[in-house]
Amino acid sequence: MTQLAGKTDFDVAVIGGGLVGSALSLGLVRSGQRVVLLDEGDAAVRASRANFALVWVQSKGLGLPEYAGWTIRSSDSWGEFAAGLKSETGHDVGFERPGGFHLALSETELENRALQLKRLHNQPGIVSYKTEIVDRKRLEANLPGIGPEVVGGSYCPLDGHCNSLRLHRALHTALFNRDVQYLPSHRVEAIAYAAGEFKVRTTHRELRAGKVVIAAGNASMKLASMVGLDAPMKPNRGQIIVTERVQRFLGHPIVTIRQTDEGTVMIGDSLLDGTSPNEITMPVNSVMAARAIRMFPMLGRLNVVRTWSGIRVMTRDGFPIYDQSETCPGAFVVCCHSGVTLAANHALTLAPMIARGRLDAELVGAFSARRFDVCQAA
Amino acid sequence: MFARLPETGTKTILITIEGKRVTVRAGDSVAAALLAAGFDHCRTTPISGAPRAPYCMMGVCFDCLVTIDGIGNRQSCLVQVREGMSVELQRGKRDPVA
Repeated sequence: MTQLAGKTDFDVAVIGGGLVGSALSLGLVRSGQRVVLLDEGDAAVRASRANFALVWVQSKGLGLPEYAGWTIRSSDSWGEFAAGLKSETGHDVGFERPGGFHLALSETELENRALQLKRLHNQPGIVSYKTEIVDRKRLEANLPGIGPEVVGGSYCPLDGHCNSLRLHRALHTALFNRDVQYLPSHRVEAIAYAAGEFKVRTTHRELRAGKVVIAAGNASMKLASMVGLDAPMKPNRGQIIVTERVQRFLGHPIVTIRQTDEGTVMIGDSLLDGTSPNEITMPVNSVMAARAIRMFPMLGRLNVVRTWSGIRVMTRDGFPIYDQSETCPGAFVVCCHSGVTLAANHALTLAPMIARGRLDAELVGAFSARRFDVCQAA
Repeated sequence: MFARLPETGTKTILITIEGKRVTVRAGDSVAAALLAAGFDHCRTTPISGAPRAPYCMMGVCFDCLVTIDGIGNRQSCLVQVREGMSVELQRGKRDPVA
């Protein structure tokens, strides 16, 4: 590891070594920036190690149509992004985009799904989404083994998935290869801005950088306030069931069930209160398992090998927050729920903007935290 | 490779391993029966295909997985041999439909 230089040590300090922070760091170093990546240790509560690994488009953007366009942009860039990681690191992150399904177990569920998509499509300014309602016959052709209770669903050809643990590893390998200074177990305690540079104090040392990017998941809220930024978060908990590895039977990801590239089946569609990853609510797992078995009866024969909780990074309204500080120029906050789906955008589109020192309002202006400001009475 | 302890009894039964009739000792676990019959592995791994043999013999390591009577990924160290049982080596990932 190289010695930290004097003066302003780095062009940019990225806070948070998860999928968001490491994707941004890769984009920044590719843009010629000298980057230091500050991270917590192995025991950190880390969504990058507890997620469902979907690269997902359908359903995104109800309430903020720009989010649909931003998501599709990332989905469309993911192939190039994955190929770049492969050539830089040799790691295949298992990206596939075969199209994804949402399954309905009753006519009521199917109607609700159709209404939800209609509301999404009816928003002014929404991009073409390509999501369609499909009948049971169409599902049978694409998803052999579906249960008799599945009446239909929705399909979006832009949906895919990847191996998110390998994605995290590939990003860090790429950063290592490009001599990015990675400092684990350096939880950031304070950020101060003076005379055009940032002093970042961690549990071990203080370092200086020309810019600072807060990509610390749910902890971004506290850090953002140190540099005049706002990042209201509302984390929640989800549970996942993982089966033994079996031969590939599922050719498409389902929003609540997917078969990984290594053969395990992940099941998860829960949303619970709480921020402790050490908690598991077993009755919720029973409901998840029962629904999954109604969708694919053969899952009932498989052995479950793991079950775990993950804490979702969640902004207060569920949409990404990308912002730059007015009072501390050079400070940025980047936090979002979909660190996997948006990884391509973060590396290929957002990081170059940060390297240039200014977010492009046309592309990402809608994701400013100004949307949370209460409108003054007219 | 393995020698029997003298006190383990002499009663034998017939099972099928990889389609061949094999005489095994009653009371043996399937893993013990495979080792006594000279098998040097019981499965190949799902990712690299490397051969694996029973290791811990007490239900912990999951290296002794086999297919028993058509059901894959069974821990052979935890299942006793039964007359007429059919045992196949576990080759890679389990077939979820079989």
